[in-house]
Amino acid sequence: MEVPILKQGEYLIASVQVALSDQDLLALQQRLSALTGTQEVRGVVIDVTVLDVLDSYAVRILRMISEVLALRGARTIIAGIQPEVALAMVRLGLGLEGVETALDLEDAMEKIARRGKSRSPEGRSTWPPLSRNT
Amino acid sequence: MAAPFEKYLEPLAIEGERDIVSARERVRDAARGLGFSAVELTLLATAVSEIARNIIEYAGHGTISLRLSDSGRNPGIEVVAEDRGPGIENIELALQDGYSTRRSLGMGLPGARRLVDEFQIESTVGKGTRVILRKWKTSTKAA
Repeated sequence: MEVPILKQGEYLIASVQVALSDQDLLALQQRLSALTGTQEVRGVVIDVTVLDVLDSYAVRILRMISEVLALRGARTIIAGIQPEVALAMVRLGLGLEGVETALDLEDAMEKIARRGKSRSPEGRSTWPPLSRNT
Repeated sequence: MAAPFEKYLEPLAIEGERDIVSARERVRDAARGLGFSAVELTLLATAVSEIARNIIEYAGHGTISLRLSDSGRNPGIEVVAEDRGPGIENIELALQDGYSTRRSLGMGLPGARRLVDEFQIESTVGKGTRVILRKWKTSTKAA
C-alpha cells in the first residue's frame, strides 16, 4: 500500500497509514528521493505513529532515507515512534543515531517552524512565506 | 513453573515479504488474547518479524507455528519458525551481533534473542533451520 505524501510548504509529509511491508518501505524511500530531486524540498517528515513494529529492516530504510536526503541538503524528521516500539528498538540494538525525531507530527511541525525562523535571516525566503502586504 | 503449550494454532506459511507482516499480526493477536501487555506484544512481534525475515532471506520459504500456554499462572506463547533452507553452518557466529551473510544488518537472530524470554535454534546444513522463541506474559527476563 502506497504511503500518502503531502507537500506542506518546503516540506514533504509522509503519513504512514498501515503496517508496511519491506517493499512498501523501499517504495517510500525511492519516492521520497525522487521527490526531493524534482521539487524544492527542504526536508521530509515521516509520521510513523501507526506502526507497531519497527524492525531492523524498517530502521535501515529510515536511516537510508535520512542519509540520502542529508546528502542533498534536506532534513528528515521521524515523528511518532511509539514508546513500546522505541523500547523494542533499543532491546534489538537498533538506534536512529543522527536522525532527527519528534514526539508526533505537531512536534515535528513546530521544529520545522522554529528552525525555519532562526535559519532565515532577512532577505532569505522563509517558511511559511512572508506576505508583502503585512 | 510454566504450564505446557497445550494449544496449537494453524501454521502460517512464510512465502513472501508480505507474510512477515501477517506473521507479526498473527502473533500479536494471539498474545493479546493471553493478556500480554502492550510492551510485551511489541517485543514479541518485533522478534517474530526478524525471524520471519530470516526465513525469506536465507531459505526463501518456511512456516511459523504458534503454541499457547494458557492454563498456568503465567500464560505464554511459543513461536516455532521452520524452514528447509541451506541451514546455518556456524550457529555461534550467526548469533553474534552484526554478523550477516546477506543484506540485513545481522540483527535477525541475535536481535530476536534479546526480545524474548527463551530462545533455541537447531540447524542442519542442507536440511534446514528451526528457531523456537518463548515469551511469558510476565517476562522471566529483566528488561
